[in-house]
Amino acid sequence: MAGKPKLHYTKGRGKMESIRWLLAAAGVEFEEEFIETKEDLEKLRNDGVLMFQQVPMVEIDGMKMVQTRAVLSYIAAKYNLYGKDLKERAWIDMYVEGTTDLMGMIMYLPFQPADTKENNLALIIERDGASIQQSHGHDYLVGNKLSWADIHLLEAILMAEECKPDILSAFPLLQAFKGRMSNIPTIKKFLQPGSQRKPPADEKFIAVVRKIFNI
Amino acid sequence: MSGKPRLTYLNGRGRMEPVRWLLAAAGVEFEEIFLETREQYEKLIKDGVLMFQQVPLVEIDGMKMVQTRAILSYIAGKHNLYGKDLKERALIDMYVEGITDLMQMILVFPFSPPEAKEKNIDSIKERATNRYFPVFEKVLKQHGQDFLVGNKFSWADVQLIEAILAVEEKIPAVLSGFPQLQAFKKRMSNMPTIKKFLQPGSPRKPPPDECYVETVLKVFKK
Repeated sequence: MAGKPKLHYTKGRGKMESIRWLLAAAGVEFEEEFIETKEDLEKLRNDGVLMFQQVPMVEIDGMKMVQTRAVLSYIAAKYNLYGKDLKERAWIDMYVEGTTDLMGMIMYLPFQPADTKENNLALIIERDGASIQQSHGHDYLVGNKLSWADIHLLEAILMAEECKPDILSAFPLLQAFKGRMSNIPTIKKFLQPGSQRKPPADEKFIAVVRKIFNI
Repeated sequence: MSGKPRLTYLNGRGRMEPVRWLLAAAGVEFEEIFLETREQYEKLIKDGVLMFQQVPLVEIDGMKMVQTRAILSYIAGKHNLYGKDLKERALIDMYVEGITDLMQMILVFPFSPPEAKEKNIDSIKERATNRYFPVFEKVLKQHGQDFLVGNKFSWADVQLIEAILAVEEKIPAVLSGFPQLQAFKKRMSNMPTIKKFLQPGSPRKPPPDECYVETVLKVFKK
């Protein structure tokens, strides 16, 4: 049964947001089922559909896929966003892993004590922004063609800007990149109100997540 | 320039060990440069060879690769250890990611304070026996094949044998409820390239000790 991919997660960004971005950028429509209570999560576990008892879980092409990176790699390859050969894939993987580190740190900021937040954020943005900026002068990061790396970087840039609005002030190439990427039709659509893009985590959402996952 | 991959890391397991395992299992010889001082690390950063100012660094096929997962994916792809199609790759990725989560607990263990160590061992045991090992026990039982995916040796098998041995170092009887994994462990350990890697004198690194922890803190000043 072909059907649209179906995403199982809480109604917020977390680890699922990168998957929403990639599907949207690839022009793939998807459905979502939201976990709102601990019982919802328990039910999925009891139904035996979560390989390691965890979400994200994405039903796609007859598989119940878990592990964010595995899901993203599959989607990227399926929709030709993973470069043309092994070497281009290596570059895409390196960039994606770096931006994942950056976003991971931003994602966990709300769960950290207040005093560590400021320091951590400054540190990671300085480190990662500089290195990607240095790359080169093409429109896209790898192989002069839109890839998963570009989509992931845009997501990271926007997330970083939400934390610190002037974060791109020292990175003109990234600013231009952001402008170009935001105008790609599928991405432009995803950035508009009413899309499946989720808002940044607020206090209320954080409380729900803590309750569902016991953290 | 020999053409062999060249690994730059500390003289210990850390995040580089899965790379050593995979290269060894694939029968690929490699060279190693060991970071012993902060100065060496700072020089690497200054020379601009570390994309995100971090190691592991693997020089391979003209690339200076960083980010462990990227490196492992490349090696797996290059040496036909990544399945025959997209769906097999998806399974291998899922298995590897799960095992990596378990290995992460082992990775950080040496750096936990003494009073937390016993609790951490219990957590590792709990996760291994309740969350991760049962999955692979079931997979092997269901298809009855020697390897996890597609009846062929893959990155997933290498990652699993590494994890089994690492957990056993902490919890010797951890496989007692898992007969399939016991048989898997034996089969993998007897594969020629892996057997060689498990012998003394191979590039395999010993479990982290206090000296290793001190070196990590010194070089990276966490």
